[in-house]
Amino acid sequence: MKIIVCVKHVPDTESKIKVAGDDCSYDPSGIEYILNPYDEYAVEEALKIKEAHDGEVTIILLGPETATKTIRTCLAMGADKAIHLVEDNPVRDAASVANILAATIKDLEFDIILVGKQSVDMDNGQVGLMVATELGLPAVSEIVSMECGDSAAAVKRNIEGGVEVYDVTFPALFTTQKGLNDPRYASLKGIMAAKKKPIDTKEFESVDSKVVIKKLDYPPARPPGKIVGEGPEAVSKLFELLKDEAKVL
Amino acid sequence: MSGLILAFAEQRNKAFRKPAFEVVSAAASLAKASGGEAAALLVGAGIEGLAADLGKYGVSKVVVLDHEDLDAFNGELYAKAVCQAVEKMGPSTVLFPGSSQGKEIAPRVAAALAVGIAGDCTEMAIEDGKVIARRPIFAGKIHAWVESRSDILVATLRPNVFSIKETGGEAAIEKLDFTPPAEPVKAVLKEVLQEAGDKIELTEADIIVSGGRGLKGPENYKMLEELASALKGATVGASRASVDAGWRPHSDQVGQTGKTVSPTLYIACGISGAIQHLAGMSSSKYIVAINKDADAPIFKIADYGVVGDLFEVVPAMIEEAKKLT
Repeated sequence: MKIIVCVKHVPDTESKIKVAGDDCSYDPSGIEYILNPYDEYAVEEALKIKEAHDGEVTIILLGPETATKTIRTCLAMGADKAIHLVEDNPVRDAASVANILAATIKDLEFDIILVGKQSVDMDNGQVGLMVATELGLPAVSEIVSMECGDSAAAVKRNIEGGVEVYDVTFPALFTTQKGLNDPRYASLKGIMAAKKKPIDTKEFESVDSKVVIKKLDYPPARPPGKIVGEGPEAVSKLFELLKDEAKVL
Repeated sequence: MSGLILAFAEQRNKAFRKPAFEVVSAAASLAKASGGEAAALLVGAGIEGLAADLGKYGVSKVVVLDHEDLDAFNGELYAKAVCQAVEKMGPSTVLFPGSSQGKEIAPRVAAALAVGIAGDCTEMAIEDGKVIARRPIFAGKIHAWVESRSDILVATLRPNVFSIKETGGEAAIEKLDFTPPAEPVKAVLKEVLQEAGDKIELTEADIIVSGGRGLKGPENYKMLEELASALKGATVGASRASVDAGWRPHSDQVGQTGKTVSPTLYIACGISGAIQHLAGMSSSKYIVAINKDADAPIFKIADYGVVGDLFEVVPAMIEEAKKLT
């Protein structure tokens, strides 16, 4: 069984992000980069399927040269090989990312594609389903469980007040949500093995973003708050403020 | 003139949910600001009767695609229906709720139409005759104003941010035919498991009472649930620590790898205020923090803080809350 996992190299969630001088991009200096947390669930699920079904996992990453570190993390977890589409364009929009990934994937053999539900930098949450639509694949987003057979899977996704259960025939695409699994840490053996696994830096045709950033700014600052008091004695004053000042109760 | 603004009015089981009215109101506001028109789009089976309800949110027209194949929700089929409507109506902008249903449909529509999409928008505006959208990125540390370079902008709107405005009267209702695809879809909804009880959805709640590591164990959430029941429109949330400890389900998690919420009031109990948690709730209108550590970072963002033992403070809050009716 062949599984493709699309991953992204993103700033660590602790990073302070500064808007660059041009107001349309951010200043990358001093930022630590990691594997997108939602993609960890995708890699882990791919590895579980590989183990249960004698499969092969291919990582695809669209990102800068420095992203090889993130690719090696995935290979160290247990993925077999990778395709690195090298490009330094951190504000590329979802539609064009999807175009590029779909164009690369359409020449490959696969049963399942797994993608994190969103990347924690752009927070768009669109690429997965856009790739599926472009490739004409059945797809379910934000899956929290997957029972994988040889030619189909039963998956669940959370909706407001409930859970939807889908049956999906392969080839198919799924975007992964927290709760799907517990991503493994790479073992020392895995890290060593990763150094020898192939990373193919494939050529690809660049596509213009369809949605562009006009301006970046910081969220409006919250007005300073106050400590109302200490302990349960402060509660009646708190409620007074919530009723009369904030007017929320 | 920025063209027709089309709002996807989400229905489930033949009833509207709050985000549907938010999106329709947002479309009406945008159309008013641009001197253009707004219409609502309703997709499903046996849903024609719902259409009349949407006029009061300020749209001049409600377009209905009613077909038996659209009875059970299916992202691919609903997206095809939206695309067929878009082809006939020619909007410049298509708005979806950022709900579970909206997020399953919108990207497919944008991809099929080969146009741009902006997800999780918190504000829409008109600039130089074009629709632009504000969306938080980097877990809300930065906001981006974006615009589309293609003919259409598809956008999903964050729930609980756009106000519901009853500004209009009657809307004309137009029925369009839905042509189902030749091949059956390969992802099929088999069943929907409903949660017991009627817990308000976190992303749509007016008030959230949230608990973190300071709760010390799952049994102590009962106290927060009691506080939530005493406050109207309130529901219970959790920090990542509680979810990772197995005290609360992931669907309760507020934060960067959980839900992003926009309640009128967020009450954080025993939550220290890590950046990743703030990412999920910093756009709350008012924040109350209860923590025994006066230096907890949550107090920097809270409007009102109480330094104290939550096991004493929360019961006092329950008593005050009960007096509110």
